[in-house]
Order: sequence, then C-alpha cells, then structure tokens
Amino acid sequence: MASMRDIQRRKASIQSTGQITKAMKLVSTVKLQKAKSKAEQTRPYSERMYETVSEMLSKSSNINHPYLKKGESDKKAVIVITSNRGLAGGYNTNITKLLTAGSIPKEDIWVYPIGRKGKEILARRGYEMKTDYSEVINEPMYQDAQEICKEVLNAFTNGEIGEIYLAYTSFKNTVSHEPKLIKLLPIEMEVKKEESQEKAVPMNYEPDEEEVLNVIVPKYMCSLIYGGLIEAVASENGARMQAMDSATSNAEEMLGELSLMYNRARQGSITQELTEIIAGAEAIN
Amino acid sequence: MAELFQLQIISPNRIFYDGQVTMVEMTTGEGEIGVYARHLPITTTLEPGIVKIHEDGTIKEAAVHAGFVVILQDKVTLMAEVAEWPEEIDVNRAEEAKIRAERRLSSHEENLNIQRAELALRRSLVRIELSRHGK
Repeated sequence: MASMRDIQRRKASIQSTGQITKAMKLVSTVKLQKAKSKAEQTRPYSERMYETVSEMLSKSSNINHPYLKKGESDKKAVIVITSNRGLAGGYNTNITKLLTAGSIPKEDIWVYPIGRKGKEILARRGYEMKTDYSEVINEPMYQDAQEICKEVLNAFTNGEIGEIYLAYTSFKNTVSHEPKLIKLLPIEMEVKKEESQEKAVPMNYEPDEEEVLNVIVPKYMCSLIYGGLIEAVASENGARMQAMDSATSNAEEMLGELSLMYNRARQGSITQELTEIIAGAEAIN
Repeated sequence: MAELFQLQIISPNRIFYDGQVTMVEMTTGEGEIGVYARHLPITTTLEPGIVKIHEDGTIKEAAVHAGFVVILQDKVTLMAEVAEWPEEIDVNRAEEAKIRAERRLSSHEENLNIQRAELALRRSLVRIELSRHGK
C-alpha cells in the first residue's frame, strides 16, 4: 500500500490539474457561445448562396464552364481547417483522419493548412504542404476566406490542380460536430428535378450565363470556406468544452478514490501505532 | 399605390435587411437599375454602389460593394459581400482610402494592380457619397 505522503502528493497534483481543466472548460464555454451566435448569423448567407448556385445549374444544364469540369491535373487541393491549440479531444485527429483514411492517394494531395495542429500531423505523415493560413483561425474574417479562395482558384485556373476540397468540422449543435470533406470545385450538384419543374419561370442572366458564373462561383467558394472557418471555430470550442468537462469529472472521480485510500492508510497507521504501544507496554510488564 | 415585394440583403456576417418594399435601386454590372414588383427574373452581378430601398413612404440608403442579385417576381435577394448603413461608415477612413487609391493609380508603379486600385477607389467614393447623403 502506498504511503500516506505519496497519496497526498498525488491528490494535490490531480486537484490542481482538475482546477486547470475546469477553468479551461469555462473559457471554452464562453468562446463557444460567441462562436455559435456568429455561426448562426453566417448560415443564411451560405445557404442562400448554395440555393442560388444549385438553382442556376439545375436550370441551365448545358453550360460548359471550366469551373464545372475537372481540371487536367491529377493534383487535388485540400483546405484543411483544424485548430491552433490542442486539448480539444479528438477534434484535430478526426479531421486529419479524413485524409489519411480517405480514398485520395497521398501523392496527389496538396494541403492548404488552416490551423497548426492539423498541419503538424499531416506534415509528419509526409503530405505536401502549401501556403499556411494558421493565423486566420484565431479570428476568421470574410477577407481571409477571400484571400484563401483567390489563391486556390488561381492554382485551379492555371491548371496546377484539378479539384478542390474542403475539410472542416461542421457544427450541428453544442454536443455534436461532424468532420466533413466536401468538394468545392468542380461543382457537382444533385439536380432536384421536381423543384425545377415547379418553377417554370426561366431565369435570365446579365450579361450572360458564363459571366455571371465567373463572378458567382468564386463568391460561392468564399462563402463555403468562410462558413467552414466559422463552424470550425464553434466546433473546436465545443470539442474542447466536452474534453475539459470529462477531464474535470475524471479528476473528481480519481480524487474520491484517492481520499478513500488516504483515509484507509491513515486508519492503518493509527492501528499499527496502537498495537505497537500496547505490545511495548505489555513487554515491560 | 405601388405593389410591395420582399427584399432581402444578405451579407456574410448578418442578414442586413429583410422587409417589404415598393422599389429598390441598385448598381449592377450593366448599369443602374430600379426594380419594382413583378420584375422579369434576372440574376446579375453588383458593382460598388448605393442601394436605395424605397419602403412605403420612406427611402433608405445603404452602400453595397461587390456581390450579385437574384431578382424573382415577388422577391429580390441581394447577396452582398460588404453592406453598410450610412451611420456605420467611417468618413475619414474612406477619405484616406480614396487618397491612397488615387496615389496608387497615378504612381505608374510596376506590377500595379490597376483593377484592384480602381475598385478600392470606387468603394471609397461610394462610402463618401453615401455619408454625405445622410447629413
């Protein structure tokens, strides 16, 4: 049985760890609230954007536009959104698993990392890294998304890459987040047949479809990347809150067990001392 | 009395405006247009400019930079990357941006991104004009 002093030292260390995790949980709860309301405000824009683009493509099925077909290159750009800080449970590994366990061969992937943690994991595994945007995840702004979007689009139009993907954690609610890998370009939409028949009014495009697509598709990508960033921040804080919550409750559980052990050891030492005194007294008599 | 229709102005950070209006004026890639209810369905691009929202009786103005608009018969949706009310505009900043953009355009630097500088200039002009209207 461990000595009383050992147990007490262990207790003190677990207690201070528990205090830290508890404080971290509180901090991430506050951050989560903020990120969540931001995510909710962003959603209408992304959703409306998606609707518009899918509506456009379903009504005009025979447009031949570079954004709608795969580039010649086999390379695939993947924008990977993770966090800059750890201690968020499986948040970062869940994202990187999308790539490491995914169907795209490693040699064909160009990673555009946003978030240091994911970058470190993927770099260690030998993925090819492109421009690092890790700073962005601390406080994502729409301009950041535009910048990233521009660079990736340039690579696409230059023919360096054939497809563009986005890996991020979608935020459903406080407790459920889902890692997602979505294809940004070429755009593939499921055409909803019934809906397109209902809306019989034909849409006009000014100056023409191609021009409008040229403008809208980059904006569509931007909005998806921006939405991804915002949701990822919310998910990160949600994941950290959960991780820290379970860490705190584990610490409490261990403290309870250690207190029991400590009391037993204390009782044991008292009993032992008593028997020693009695034995000594008897020996004198 | 003119017929009302729904107007939505959505920017990445918020739903900027959502309400019933009689007419809306905006600057598109093809020039300035005004839209009443039952307009022909059109999707087109937006240029930096002032959007005039004609509500029943009152006129509201806002600066909108870049984006596109989807016009349906009973609903108009502006997807704006940046949208601001007059009171949100920092005039001094806009003035400075205007001077910076003009300097860049007249400097004949090499690898100057003319398109970008011109856009910046137009954005600042729109902001300045709108904040003057507000006074």
